[in-house]
Amino acid sequence: MSLLGLFSQLMAILAALLLAPLLSGWVNQWRARLQNKSAPGLLQPYRVLRKLFHKESVLAEQASMLFRLVPYVSFGCMVLACAIVPTLSTDLPLSPAADAMALVGLFALARVFVSLAAMDVGTAFGGLGARRDMLVGFLAEPALLMVLFCASMISKSTSLTTIVETLAHRELAIYPSLLVAGVAFTMVSLAENARVPVDNPETHLELTMIHEALILEYSGRHLALLEWAASLKLFAYSCIGLALFFPWGVAEADAPLALIMALPVLVIKLAIGGVLLALVETLSAKMRIFRVPEFLATAFLLAVIGLLVNILLGVG
Amino acid sequence: MSALLAPSGWVHLDWVLLVVLVWLLIGAAGALALRRLRLVATLLFPLSALCSLVLLVVAFDAASSVPEVAVLPIGLPQLPFHLRLDGLSAFFLLLIGGVSAGVSSFAAGYFRKGEGTPPGLICLEYHVFLASIAMVVMADDAYVFMVVWETMALSSFFLVMANHRIPDIRRAAYLYILIAHIGALGILLCFGVLQANTGDYTFANMRAQHLSPFWASAAFVLALFGFGAKAGILPLHVWLPEAHPAAPSPFSALMSAVMLKIALYGLLRVSFDLLQTRIWWWGVLLMAIGLASALFGVVFSTVQVEMKRLLAYSSIENVGLMCAGFGLALLFSAYGMTGPAALALTAALYHVLSHGFFKSLLFCSTGAVLHATGERSLGKLGGLIRYTPWVAWSTLVGVLACAGLPPLGGFVAEWLLLQSFLFTTGLPSSFLNMLVPVVAALIALVAALSGYTMVKYFGVIFLGQPREEKLAQAHDAGFWERTGMLWLVAGCVVLGLMPNQIIALIRPVTLLLVSGAMPQAGSGAGWLLVPVEAARASYAPAIFLLGVLASCALAYLLVRRLYHGRTRRAPPWDCGFALQTPRMQDSAEGFGQPIRQIFEPMFRMTRELPSPFDAEPGYRVTVEDPMWYTLYLPLAAFVERLSRLVGRLQQGRIAVYLLYSFLTLIVVLLVVKQ
Repeated sequence: MSLLGLFSQLMAILAALLLAPLLSGWVNQWRARLQNKSAPGLLQPYRVLRKLFHKESVLAEQASMLFRLVPYVSFGCMVLACAIVPTLSTDLPLSPAADAMALVGLFALARVFVSLAAMDVGTAFGGLGARRDMLVGFLAEPALLMVLFCASMISKSTSLTTIVETLAHRELAIYPSLLVAGVAFTMVSLAENARVPVDNPETHLELTMIHEALILEYSGRHLALLEWAASLKLFAYSCIGLALFFPWGVAEADAPLALIMALPVLVIKLAIGGVLLALVETLSAKMRIFRVPEFLATAFLLAVIGLLVNILLGVG
Repeated sequence: MSALLAPSGWVHLDWVLLVVLVWLLIGAAGALALRRLRLVATLLFPLSALCSLVLLVVAFDAASSVPEVAVLPIGLPQLPFHLRLDGLSAFFLLLIGGVSAGVSSFAAGYFRKGEGTPPGLICLEYHVFLASIAMVVMADDAYVFMVVWETMALSSFFLVMANHRIPDIRRAAYLYILIAHIGALGILLCFGVLQANTGDYTFANMRAQHLSPFWASAAFVLALFGFGAKAGILPLHVWLPEAHPAAPSPFSALMSAVMLKIALYGLLRVSFDLLQTRIWWWGVLLMAIGLASALFGVVFSTVQVEMKRLLAYSSIENVGLMCAGFGLALLFSAYGMTGPAALALTAALYHVLSHGFFKSLLFCSTGAVLHATGERSLGKLGGLIRYTPWVAWSTLVGVLACAGLPPLGGFVAEWLLLQSFLFTTGLPSSFLNMLVPVVAALIALVAALSGYTMVKYFGVIFLGQPREEKLAQAHDAGFWERTGMLWLVAGCVVLGLMPNQIIALIRPVTLLLVSGAMPQAGSGAGWLLVPVEAARASYAPAIFLLGVLASCALAYLLVRRLYHGRTRRAPPWDCGFALQTPRMQDSAEGFGQPIRQIFEPMFRMTRELPSPFDAEPGYRVTVEDPMWYTLYLPLAAFVERLSRLVGRLQQGRIAVYLLYSFLTLIVVLLVVKQ
């Protein structure tokens, strides 16, 4: 574990923490612009976070200790997830601790805890949110796992840093399995990050909420941590997508100059990704909740087809 | 460690036999003190837990030593008991000792007043059950195996029927013993095939036989049928969802956590140890049946409305996953790929161990909830985290382990299993190569659905608001119940955070069964779990947990330092609708309804929907197992028709019976004359 490795690990965590709300703000900006509305400002998520941290936290009378713990657990899981995804560099000392499957487990852990917190207060909305979120999760999680398996089969490893290194060094040929897996991954990340067409992040109608219904009871610093965790999740998913499908520009070990270059490259890639996300959100309509399993089952089947294509072709 | 045991000149087998003897003595003492509840509860069960701890320590030590044999002069004159303690037996003794220590101390606090069967009799049956299970894994010939197997089945039958005054429980116990006996028939036939006409039923003789592929396959299928009936794989699983809720909670825990695994031990012993040939389609068959059971079990567990039925179906799912792991190991072993076979076998055995701990923890928690509230239906529980905090937080660990979430034990087992699936591209057959990603996808699906079930289980019972007023008087678990549950919690945590040490215990088993092993943890890398090589995959659960906890702690401290920690209590958000009752929460059926809708073809569902013209509108939905209607009831009808046909022979007139005897005599004389 070299000094450079430690430095790149800290840089990765700090970049995630600071850039994630910016990414959410960027996507909101473009979504507003595409819908001919005036945008709230690029730094609005930071202002919202500061406002929420200053406010006191209002808890329901029957909320238990679990309810108060969950925002910290969810935030901690997302920070670890961002720490092990190779965003700026593949020289991450924490990456041997958790590979691709542990990453999926990390997201599942956060999801289970937030669902339990939603059920804790005992109102109808909490149960609704928990049930819907677990419904989205039970198909999205295997689909994500299969997409990561596709990449693992090509690079013969489930370690994310090895996957990025292998994929970054290949010539610019298109792997058919990764093409199919890319479509599946887009669908899964739309579902998991609560974006249109699965869930509308700006809705105020409780019966149309999935992710918002989970955090309906939270306020103050707890809500701030959960919102930050949600934007970290979007950041992590975007970085996973970039690492699997556009890994060029990520610094390798023992290359301090490349590390400095990696940050602008990441910002540019995320900016383009954010615009595309805003485009997809504007052009699609939100689905009925019972169309969502069909949508996710399609993603799951596409990921499995990607794996089969990999095995059939023998080369990826 | 061996130096401690050596001075008395005893080997590990002797210590295990001593533990078995002490268990039987405890049981006999219980039979003598039939109705003395306090004596049984505060002396005999804790003593039994102590014996389980001794067994655990002995099994730890025996895991890496040479096989030991013994011949006991018990039994028939020409058929003594042959016993053998090798790596596989030691591993299962580890499971038995570890789980029964927690369950016995839970049982010490569980029995408050006699319900049906007197406590002393329950003590006897319990200890005969434990003793026979320990003997099953040490049996070295078919005779002692069948004797102790049937003893295990009989004693568990009486344990299931502990509340024998209730007709449903009697019916469930009868179904259990019926299917157990049908399975025992399969096992007996399997041993008959294995001894290959030599007349010598010892396992040593069976190992030396070389059966033709046809007879080897026949033995394997019979073993799958026989041991599968006891393990609860599809389609012989129908007794599980009936028997587990019927039995008192400590025994459900022991049955689910230990007895199902002993059936898997039998399957492993026959297919990996006694049979010398391995054919590839055995592995595929086992994997297919395992996957079907897993999918069936998890989908059905999601729609259950009773605590213990939900856990019973979840046990079917976990047994299916273990069978899928064993099937993969068998497949690799048939093609001579010993490394991947060892990985798959290690994954499945790790799942055996971790399932033992978390499932017994969950069943013990249902017992504690049942004691605290008197309710077993999920529709009448809720909000218990405030009234029974010890039970709730212990159950949270069990729930997280059952859902296969890091950093606990269930995740390690799933991680290893999925890693072993990534090796299957090395298989020679391209058809199998393509089949296996589909299998891996289904396993991931099963794991995700089990997370759904566990959120439902924990959320409906412990979170939210109480659905009945009397739940406010629920009392927390007593001292012995807490001890038992905390021991099992510790087991789950150790299995999650120290995988390398546990895999070191499994190494002798894989060396014995498939002649291969996972690579040793290198020096200084003891905290990193590496299945093949570090560049390929690695997992460090301790660092993982430390990472999450450090981020949580840092976030907490920074927020408190930079901002503040003020909170205020207020009524929950009601959207302007002030009349909120606990009945407005999700019920157990409601939480499972999305899965029920998606997987509707798999159920046999009857629904009664209210109409606008009903004077008293009502809603009822019953979800049943289609296997009953497609397989068991037609089979039962057929058997009844057949027996009625045969019954025509019994005319009731003496003249006809004399005619039968006369005809039989003539036939026998003709046969003997030849």
